[in-house]
Amino acid sequence: MKLWERLATIDRRILYLLLALAVVLPLIIRPRTRIQVSEPVQDAFTAVDQLPPGSVVMISVDFDPSSAPEVQPMLIAILRHCFKKDLKVIVTGHLALGLPLAEIALSQVPAEYGKVYGRDFVNIGYRPGYVAVMVGIGRELRDFFKTDYKGVPIDSYPFMRSVHTYRDIGLLVDLAHGATADAWIQYAGGRYNVKIIVGCTGVNAPNLFQYYHAHQIAGIIGGLQGAAEYESLVGKPGSATLGMPAQSAAHALVIVFLIIGNIGFLLARRRKGG
Amino acid sequence: MLNIIGTWVAATLTIGILSFLYRDNPLYKVAEHLYVGISAGFAVIYIWSFDVYPMLVDAFRTHLSQRNYVEAWVLVVPALLGLAMLCRPIPKLAVLSRWPLSFTIGIGSGLGLIASVQGYLLPQVSDTLRPLVTVNNALMSIGVIATLVYFYFSREHKGALGAISRVGIIFIMVAFGAAFGYTVMARVSLLIGRVYFLFHDWLPIIR
Amino acid sequence: MLQRNIPLVIVFVTALLLIVAFFIPHRPFGDLESRFLNWYAIVAGFTFLLGIDSLARHHLIRVFRRTQGWFYSLMLVLALFVTLGLGLYSWVRFRSPFALHAPFMWLYTYMIIPLQSTMFATLAFFIVSAAYRAFRVRNFAATLLLIAACLVMIGNVPLGGSVWSALIQFLPLPVKWGIWFGAKLLAIAMPDPRTADFVRFDLPAAFKTWLMSIPQAAAGRGINIGLALGGIAMSLRIILGIERTYLAS
Repeated sequence: MKLWERLATIDRRILYLLLALAVVLPLIIRPRTRIQVSEPVQDAFTAVDQLPPGSVVMISVDFDPSSAPEVQPMLIAILRHCFKKDLKVIVTGHLALGLPLAEIALSQVPAEYGKVYGRDFVNIGYRPGYVAVMVGIGRELRDFFKTDYKGVPIDSYPFMRSVHTYRDIGLLVDLAHGATADAWIQYAGGRYNVKIIVGCTGVNAPNLFQYYHAHQIAGIIGGLQGAAEYESLVGKPGSATLGMPAQSAAHALVIVFLIIGNIGFLLARRRKGG
Repeated sequence: MLNIIGTWVAATLTIGILSFLYRDNPLYKVAEHLYVGISAGFAVIYIWSFDVYPMLVDAFRTHLSQRNYVEAWVLVVPALLGLAMLCRPIPKLAVLSRWPLSFTIGIGSGLGLIASVQGYLLPQVSDTLRPLVTVNNALMSIGVIATLVYFYFSREHKGALGAISRVGIIFIMVAFGAAFGYTVMARVSLLIGRVYFLFHDWLPIIR
Repeated sequence: MLQRNIPLVIVFVTALLLIVAFFIPHRPFGDLESRFLNWYAIVAGFTFLLGIDSLARHHLIRVFRRTQGWFYSLMLVLALFVTLGLGLYSWVRFRSPFALHAPFMWLYTYMIIPLQSTMFATLAFFIVSAAYRAFRVRNFAATLLLIAACLVMIGNVPLGGSVWSALIQFLPLPVKWGIWFGAKLLAIAMPDPRTADFVRFDLPAAFKTWLMSIPQAAAGRGINIGLALGGIAMSLRIILGIERTYLAS
């Protein structure tokens, strides 16, 4: 019994070391992993896949480096999917520290598909006051974004000349780590009926299932697992797929420690009661 | 060359922040203060290049060049409101910040009221009121009602109200457990990202 | 009196205009709404800057007075001004601070990204340690919470599916029939054509998706309906001038 009770009070630095090993070793060994696609991610994929070539997709990059390991793989996979389908992409964002991450993705992915800035995709930048921007785009995009992030008038890009409101956008993709997902759904989706899919961190994902159930959003890509599932659907495994074995090992470790901790607790409680 | 220097700087800062796991130390404090300073500088540059310059300065110049003098000079109003907002930390001038604050609160309240009803309440309540012909529909309706009853504190939770409230607790505990499970996944993912940087970008151990 | 009443009038008029513009989107309400939303974005940008001044002043005072920890305050102030300088230079030279080869982008890639992401990555260690120490099955509710958390954690990774696939190979035939029958019953609750596949290959993931989509969503919806009603009540109180705490300087 004393052994179990001691196991319930392991020093936190040993826990940290075991967690670090659980993450590092699978990344080095790289065991093969099978990704099973869930319904919310499949629906998100289908929402993009169903768009005819030439349709406009607006991607709102609403995450920053604090959630980039989870959401950046989603951005890259969705960009790959859009360019594979010859969709036009407009990138915007509502988080000050997030748009450079979009720039990093846009420096890598379009070249793989021969896509050119201005002809196939545009980054219109960021404006503060996200609620006003979301409602304002429903009236006229140029009320807030007359130029792209470099100061070039957006009307100088041919495909942007026909984009004025949400009616001209086939799909809105929100990649979020906070309240912007709810804001897009309530302010843009509720008012203008724009079709939305959301890619988000694991912390936000539980809150979005109620919108998914009510068909207010067409799909959810939740956390690193969701990103890995989307990568498998696009057919190009990336950093999310690479991280899944480490994720598995870490989760197994957490569950083992939860069980050990509780067995020690229950035995100690029984001894006190006895 | 700059990329190599940058990778080493990034690795040093990463290890500095991680060193806090052992205990607080000067390297961690330096990294923490650098983070706050750089983020603050970032915010200023962002506001200038994405807000003040395109929406005020450039817009004013464009309107003047197109001879839209009314549109140009009307922009003085939000500029003054913005400057009045910046007076908030100055005790003698703080009262000036009430106008822009009221303006933003008015806009936020007006938009929020409509969005809460149209964008959340109506669709969600409508989706809850489905025919109870499948197990899922029944569980959804019972779960929502029981959760709402649990948070109804105007009457004591006794009898039927107490029983429904206890059903609500079951659903709430399942929701919190699920949220915890997802939170663990989220935090571990961030750690995986950092470890990958250290053992792939910095030290080429992971191929 | 004017100091108090004019802000209340501003709140009432702006909110009322937005509500009216929702129902009557035509001129002049629609145009006024566009203009006010534009102004809101401009003023919101200035709001971001509010904290910068007090941050810089606080740390400059610490440096000049040489209080304890003044060296770190000096690092902070230097970082602030270097960032401002590099940002303005990048904006002037490259037309955007976020041009890929701009010095500002170097700062972002090699300092902001590692600092911010590592700050949040350390939470992984804290959450594991906290779960191990504090997550105890003291009562029924806590047990339910723990079981739900474990099921979601298993379902969120491929390991759950691999363990399940390996397990069902070694199960005796009656148990496999039971699982097949259970899957048919589950199809009533989970009307998804892939349910059968999931049960065969990845039951943990299928169960997790169902748990998130139905019981978890139900509770979340109940909580958020309460929050939405509270938000509506608060918005009305602010618009009608009953709630005035934002006027306190």
